[in-house]
Amino acid sequence: MTINQKSKPLLAVLAIVLLLLPFFIDALLGRGWVRIADFAMLYIMLALGLNIVVGYAGLLDLGYIAFFAVGAYCYALTGSPHLASAFPLLFPHGIHLSFWVVLPLAALLAGGFGVLLGAPTLRLRGDYLAIVTLGFGEIIRIFLNNLNAPLNLTNGPQGISRIDPVNVAGAPLNATQQILGVTLPSVHLYFYLFLAFTALVVFTSRRLEKSRIGRAWMAIREDEIAASAMGINTRNLKLLAFAMGAMFGGVSGALFAGFQGFVSPESFSLMESVMVLCMVVLGGMGNIAGVILGSVLLALLPEVLRHGVVPLQQALFGKMIIDPESLRMLLFGGALVVMMLYRPAGLLPSRVRRRELDTDEVAETV
Amino acid sequence: MTDSLLEIHDLQVAYGGIHAVKGVTLQIAPGELVALIGSNGAGKTTTLKTLAGLLHPVSGQIRYDGKDLHNIAAHQRVAMGITLVPEGRGIFARLTVQENLQMGAYSRNGQHEIAADLARMYELFPRLAERKDQLAGTLSGGEQQMAAMARALMSRPRLLMLDEPSMGLAPLMVQKIFETVRDIAALGMSILLVEQNARLALQAAQRGYVMESGAITLAGASGELLGSEAVQRAYLGG
Repeated sequence: MTINQKSKPLLAVLAIVLLLLPFFIDALLGRGWVRIADFAMLYIMLALGLNIVVGYAGLLDLGYIAFFAVGAYCYALTGSPHLASAFPLLFPHGIHLSFWVVLPLAALLAGGFGVLLGAPTLRLRGDYLAIVTLGFGEIIRIFLNNLNAPLNLTNGPQGISRIDPVNVAGAPLNATQQILGVTLPSVHLYFYLFLAFTALVVFTSRRLEKSRIGRAWMAIREDEIAASAMGINTRNLKLLAFAMGAMFGGVSGALFAGFQGFVSPESFSLMESVMVLCMVVLGGMGNIAGVILGSVLLALLPEVLRHGVVPLQQALFGKMIIDPESLRMLLFGGALVVMMLYRPAGLLPSRVRRRELDTDEVAETV
Repeated sequence: MTDSLLEIHDLQVAYGGIHAVKGVTLQIAPGELVALIGSNGAGKTTTLKTLAGLLHPVSGQIRYDGKDLHNIAAHQRVAMGITLVPEGRGIFARLTVQENLQMGAYSRNGQHEIAADLARMYELFPRLAERKDQLAGTLSGGEQQMAAMARALMSRPRLLMLDEPSMGLAPLMVQKIFETVRDIAALGMSILLVEQNARLALQAAQRGYVMESGAITLAGASGELLGSEAVQRAYLGG
C-alpha cells in the first residue's frame, strides 16, 4: 500500500510522538518502564514475524520462539567471551564479532532453521502441524539446555552472560551517551534502535502483504489445492513463509541478546511461543496494526500487574496475598475467553475479517 | 487422432491405498468439449487431479501438446495452459472476487494484458463485476462457480478442466453455468468436463466418455451416448 498524501502529516506526528516517547515514559513512570517499552518492541517484531506464518500463510506454528532463540544464541556465542571455555586454544578470549556482522548471519541462520522446520511439515496442516512445530520449539530449547557437555557450547541452563552491547557508530549502547547536548541513557538508546528495527519490520510486513507473494500465501491459506491449481508453487511458498517468519524472529533474538547481555534457555519456553501466538490472535490475525496492539497489550500486562497489584494489596491488606504472576495467568486466560466471545476476529480485525462480518447478509442464494 | 491436444494412455492412479483409476485412455482435440461422466467414486476427480499434477500416476502416459507430462509439477502445468477448476470450486473465501481473479493470472506476466483479461471476465460475468470488492466467500454458490471459472480463465488455459460445475446448485443456476460453459467453449479452448449430471454434460459436449469403477467403459459422440440404452439406464434415469 502506498502512503497517500493525507496520511503523511499523521505519520509525521506519529514519528515525533514515538521519538519523544522514552522521555515521557521516563518522566511519568520511571526508567524501568522505558526498558519495558523496549521489550514490547521486541515482542512486536516477533509477533509480526509469526503473523507471516500464521496470519498470512495460515500455518499454525507453536514453536516460533525457537527462531528467537537461534538469533539470540547466534549473537550470544559470537559476541561474548563464552567460546573461550569450549575452544581455549582457538578463541582464548571468545569471539567478539560486531553486532552488525552477526545480525545478517543470525537472520540467515534462523531462516535456515525455518526451512528445516518447514520441509518435513509441508504436507501437514492444522493440528498436526501445530504438534510438530511445538516439538521443534522444545527440541531447540532442550538442545540449548544440554549442549554444555561434553563440549561446553551453550553453557546449559546457566546461559551465556557478558554479551557485548550493540555498538552504533563506535558508541556502545549500554552506557549513557551525549548526543547533540541531549543525555540519552542506555534504555533510551536501545529504544531508538528497536524503534528503527520495528519500523523496518512493519514496512517489510506491509510490502509483503500487498505483494504477489503475500497474495499467494493467502491463497494457500484459503485453499491449498486451488492455489496450486492456479499455478502457485505451494511447496516453495510455504517454505518461504517459514523462512521469512523465522528471519524476523532471528533478528529480534539477536537484538534481545545484545540488549540483555545475557541469554539462557528459560527465556525460550513453550509459554513464550504461546504468548507470541496470543499476541497475534488477540490483536487480529493478518492485520499489522492489530498485531502491534496485541503485542503491546500482552507485553505490558504482566508489568502493569507487577507494579500495580503488589502495592494495591499492601495498601489494602498490609501484605501480599496473591502473587501477581499467578494473577497474570488468571487475567490473561479471562481476557482471551472474553475476546473469543465478543471479538472473535481480534481487537483490530484485518480488513478482510471485518468485511466478512459486515457482508454476511448478502450471501443469499441464487 | 494424432493431433490431439491431450492424450492419456492407460492411466493408473492410486492414493491412500485406493486404486482409484485403473486404466483410463482418452483424447481431446484442440477446441473440443469432452464430457467425462460416471457415478460417484468412479475416479473422475482423481483423473482430473492427476492431469493437473496434484496426484501422481502409478503408470500410464499423459501427453499434452506433444510433451510427456511426467515429472512436470502442478504449477508448471498451469503455465503450460492446463487449468483445473477444482471440485467444490475452491474459491479463496477471504479474498475479494477481484483478488481471486488476479490469483488466476498468477503464472502470467504482463500487467496490461492481465488487466484487459480482467475487464473481459467482468464482461463475460457481469454478476462478478457487481461484486468485485466483495469477499468471495459471501457469494452464492452459483456466483462462486462463476468466480472459479473466471479465475481459471485468467490463466489463459488451452485445456480447461471443470470438476462438477453443477454441484450443489439450484436447477436454474445449473442451466446458467452450462450456458457459460458453452460460451467458453466457443472461445476456442479445449474443455474436459466432469459431471454427474450426464444429460446436461452430454448435451453440451461433442464427445463423451463413461467411467465406471476407475475405467472407461464407453466412449463416443455425445449424441450416440445420449441414445445408448446402457447410458440411459445408468445415468439418465430412462
